[in-house]
Amino acid sequence: MSRLVVGPFNRVEGDLEVTLDVRDGRVDSAQVNATMYRGFERILQGKRPVDALVYVPRICGICSVSQSVASARALADLGGLVIPPNGQHATNLMLATENLADHLTHFYLFFLPDFVRPVYAERPWYAEALRRFHPQTGEQMRQATAMRQRWLTLMGTLGGKWPHTQAVEPGGSSRAIDAAEQVRLLARVREFRVFMERQLFAAPLEAVATLDTEENLWRWHAQAPLSGDMRLFLTLVHDLSLQAAGPGPGRYLSYGAYPTPDGGWYLPGGVWRAGGSGTVPLDVGTITEDATCAWLTQPGGALHPQHGYTQPEPDKSGAYTWNKAPRLGGEVVETGAIARQLTSSLPLVTDVVRRHGGSVYTRVLARLVELARVVPLMEAWLLAIKPTEPFCVTTEWPDEGMGMGLTEAARGSLGHWLTVQDGRLARYQIVAPTSWNFSPRDAQGVPGALEQALVGAPVLPGEHTPVSVQHIVRSFDPCMVCTVH
Amino acid sequence: MNVLWLQSGGCGGCSMSLLCADTTDFHGHLSSAGIELLWHPTLSLESGDDAIACLQSVLAGRTGLDVLCIEGALLRGPRGTGAFHLLAGTGLPMIHWVQSLAERARHVLAVGSCAAWGGITAGGDNPTEACGLQYEDDRPGGLLGAHFRSGSGLPVINIAGCPTHPSWVIDTLMALAADRFSSHDLDPLNRPRSYADQLVHHGCTRNEYYEFKASAARPSDLGCLMEHLGCKGTQVHADCNIRLWNGEGSCVRGGYACIACTEPGFQEPGHAFNETPKVAGIPIGLPTDMPKAWFVALSSLSKSATPSRVRQNSRADHLVVKPAVRKTRLK
Repeated sequence: MSRLVVGPFNRVEGDLEVTLDVRDGRVDSAQVNATMYRGFERILQGKRPVDALVYVPRICGICSVSQSVASARALADLGGLVIPPNGQHATNLMLATENLADHLTHFYLFFLPDFVRPVYAERPWYAEALRRFHPQTGEQMRQATAMRQRWLTLMGTLGGKWPHTQAVEPGGSSRAIDAAEQVRLLARVREFRVFMERQLFAAPLEAVATLDTEENLWRWHAQAPLSGDMRLFLTLVHDLSLQAAGPGPGRYLSYGAYPTPDGGWYLPGGVWRAGGSGTVPLDVGTITEDATCAWLTQPGGALHPQHGYTQPEPDKSGAYTWNKAPRLGGEVVETGAIARQLTSSLPLVTDVVRRHGGSVYTRVLARLVELARVVPLMEAWLLAIKPTEPFCVTTEWPDEGMGMGLTEAARGSLGHWLTVQDGRLARYQIVAPTSWNFSPRDAQGVPGALEQALVGAPVLPGEHTPVSVQHIVRSFDPCMVCTVH
Repeated sequence: MNVLWLQSGGCGGCSMSLLCADTTDFHGHLSSAGIELLWHPTLSLESGDDAIACLQSVLAGRTGLDVLCIEGALLRGPRGTGAFHLLAGTGLPMIHWVQSLAERARHVLAVGSCAAWGGITAGGDNPTEACGLQYEDDRPGGLLGAHFRSGSGLPVINIAGCPTHPSWVIDTLMALAADRFSSHDLDPLNRPRSYADQLVHHGCTRNEYYEFKASAARPSDLGCLMEHLGCKGTQVHADCNIRLWNGEGSCVRGGYACIACTEPGFQEPGHAFNETPKVAGIPIGLPTDMPKAWFVALSSLSKSATPSRVRQNSRADHLVVKPAVRKTRLK
């Protein structure tokens, strides 16, 4: 048995270290260390409730709008606000713009560069991957980075700027969209559609979103294996057996993404279990956070976030990370685009996960399919805006009360829980997507989702930063700065 | 020009913003200016050992370091140990790495208000003992000390903002690469004058509402955000309404107040961010360089002269009264 301490991981958001025990050329066990503490939950204590809207987007530079939306929903819950339809459409548009930008950034800038490493120089697809995906010189990298810049100009109009877009209000959006802007924004979304249809999919979005079985996916791939970057990704999956890399816990969580004006969800949430009969409702009352392996105090065992707290204990024995261990009904779950596509019953993702479970292949595939599925929704939301109707409502905030705000960030389920006493925040707890996915062990010693997924990963002779581990880590699209709020 | 970029106590948002630079070829834009990224946490291929080898090569003097960019606050806690952020794979506090690397650098850049002053990370009771590279809020000092000078003889260049505008960073890097940047290009807080000699107010699209003190009362109103909703744009140094964000944007164009994110200590303003503190009905924070008596006199005059159109529109989220159509010729 030998031990590897791997880090810094780049092309994840924030700083990450993974400790691997290696036996016979495979990972035998893994510990995931979120290496930084920032203390937002403490910073927020004593603040006016609405001041949270300035602090929380700054938890994260890549999921900033998601943090704002979670906080705005917690405040809306506190104040009993109901967002008018325009406000809901505008908020959905801002959230989707960020989430899709993050999927684009993940696929091209974070995930694919690992396939141009010299370890793959003998593979038949290597020259093409190098030409497309080298992080500095790759042709597709250049195009994707330019598209990302162009795409995020949606945020300049919808919300003033990105990241740290403070147009997200508990009662809607502070930025009303007029009829001329509606047309311009729609044109901008169509530019993105064209990029996807030419560069990423080499197919209409609707053709990708309606692929219904794995068999049909691979048949579609076989039509033109090098055409479009998604098909080249599938070529890599097949050659490197990425369908078997990084098996997840088999339980998936989504809070539901993009509310409809009538109180439903465009991508309904819930819990999906391997071997189960589909999505079952989520009981948020069974969420707990366990700080057994975190450098944080925990006198009374795991706590529901409405009652949780965060106090550093840097010298705590047995601890190895600043991240708590979230559990749902005591169990480890995985969250992200894969969970959203499962709980919202997308046939293709349901089929591939039934066959392969959560893996590098299925996690990345779910993100790509989500891109194809959400762009048409954005087009519909833009058309649904009625420029002369209100975008935002306000209220007087109660001096006492509680609020819960749940949303789906690109990386998965994000929740904020707040308590107000005497008009000030007495408690503010945040459970981020990567808190779930990169959780440490809990009091029972059960490893988190990534810690489980890394077991069995091959370590090649001489490797100190195993490439298989990098694929698995990045397949979750981790956001460590959210994790270490 | 070799650039090394490291992140510590922040959100990574300045890097995410950097990638929004207005160019069709991000890497070509940098390389054509002679800027080479030795390592960047978002953009580089190298991970783990390869990344650490890059840092060690700089420390050993084998690789020249022209610019050290630091994003995020420097976390000195707990109790001065720096253990709130040990750089992954090294077991060493990030503040140790930053101090050592800064000694090797020709220029040191604080990218964002966290690295400049401590920023949001130093909010509340500053639980992580966060500070900036050469300031702690508006007090000189910080991690490197008030007397620190990089190899070029310049202090830390504070590209403050939360986040920074991509072109504030790229313009500064390009000026350094072209050897066209000197101490004269820094304002009194060591921010590049290229963006810090403007006020956020300059170019504000709400200017007609400002002139007539036709003020917004709630989010999404079109009126001026200064009188009630906490906007500090008339005092804050940055060119956000001239050099726009993400295409056509800025905070005030997005319907929310300028919270002074380029200024030290903005994270603890002493009042609610979305409310303007006042004494006897007059905002405490008056426009920069404007005597109070003048402001009071002009305000009361302009309020009494506010056109009905401007007043009505200021309290709506779209134009309810359109400007009258007039002939602009003499005849």
